[in-house]
Amino acid sequence: MSDSNGNLLIVDDNKVNRLLLSRGVELLGHRAAVAENGKIAMEMLRAGAYDLLLLDIEMPEMDGFEVLEALKNDADLRDIPVIVTSSVEGLDNIVRCIELGADDYIPKPVNKVLLKARVHSCLEKKRLHDEQKRLLRRFTTVEVARDLQDSGFAIGGRRITASVLFCDIRDFTSISENMTPEATIELLNTYYTLMFEAVTSHGGIVSLMVGDGLMALFGAPQPIENSAQSAILAAHEMLNMTAMLNEERAVMEEPELKVGFGIATGKVVAGYAGTDDRATYTCVGKTVNLAARLEAHTKVAGHPILFDQETMEGLLDPDGCTPIPPVQFKGFSEKLQVFGM
Amino acid sequence: MTEPIIDPSVCAELSDAMGSDFAAELIETFLNDAPNMIADLKKAAAEGDADGYRRAAHSIKSNADTFGAVQLAAMARSMELGGLPDADAPIPALEATYAASAEALKGLMDE
Repeated sequence: MSDSNGNLLIVDDNKVNRLLLSRGVELLGHRAAVAENGKIAMEMLRAGAYDLLLLDIEMPEMDGFEVLEALKNDADLRDIPVIVTSSVEGLDNIVRCIELGADDYIPKPVNKVLLKARVHSCLEKKRLHDEQKRLLRRFTTVEVARDLQDSGFAIGGRRITASVLFCDIRDFTSISENMTPEATIELLNTYYTLMFEAVTSHGGIVSLMVGDGLMALFGAPQPIENSAQSAILAAHEMLNMTAMLNEERAVMEEPELKVGFGIATGKVVAGYAGTDDRATYTCVGKTVNLAARLEAHTKVAGHPILFDQETMEGLLDPDGCTPIPPVQFKGFSEKLQVFGM
Repeated sequence: MTEPIIDPSVCAELSDAMGSDFAAELIETFLNDAPNMIADLKKAAAEGDADGYRRAAHSIKSNADTFGAVQLAAMARSMELGGLPDADAPIPALEATYAASAEALKGLMDE
């Protein structure tokens, strides 16, 4: 979509009104599709991508109020701006439209200048909103973006059981010292793309990226059946992907990347933390600390993946686990059982 | 009657804004569609369907406004707001006004 052209859906039971509005928006340079009642409109909205809805109120089958209600309750459709175009009588009906989430109201017969201004402003709003959503997705995932939308950006926490995974490239600082800044960022981008894919394909989300390290959550914000198993599988996939990346790097005579993983399972407090302008979905608690300590411990333990007792208990096939000598981690009162893979 | 049946400036404006061919096509669409709307109105009145009656009157009002058929719009509006009538007295009056409006609109198209 260019700045000024949009895909509009015109919903009106009256043929003259449909023709008139289609012509009106087409003269403004937009594309127009038409639906003759709310039911058909909802089907079209679910099947295609529209930037703006021009909605009549009085319609058979499903009227404009019902359409507004249905849009509001549909996470995929609720962001489409709606301009109510109606000659419905009574201010209370117009108020009701606005309360149900309509962005604007234009009385019929529709004034051309008013239509132009309102359509333009709504399309601009939609464009900004889409841009925001794209940004949100770049830093979070579809699930978190959805959760954010559903909870309406509530910055609050809840206690849940989840698996936390930390991973980090060994000695990345010294590797990057011999690389150009461009090559360093390119390598990080490749690495992150592979890691994101491995995490999300196992139902996890990447909640934090710092330099060459990342933190992923399994079981939050959406619960998953076996978060420990998913986290371990994701770690394995990430190892495989790193191995593939290393094969390519070997051909280019570039140094091998070594990655370590720490996984812990247990109670965490998860939620959006930050300010109104900038918040991130994250979690805190002993489980998070433990996962970070386990990841650090891979440097000395000789296993690329280390995990705690609770993660081990969740595994469907614990045969491949090797217990290593219990470790006294900083911040934990007693020695903990640790497993490697 | 002191009030004209059609305000010709409305159609002139429509023609200016949308093109005269399109305006003519739109009037023709209305003239084809209006008998259906009047039939809906009669059917709703006969069946005591208040929603259908209001909706049909609303559609007629909306289209009449589009073409400057001021008398027709006023009658349809009062029917929309008035709800189901005790007798079907308003409908024949509306039909007569529609017939006169249609003639006037046809006249405008021929100009």
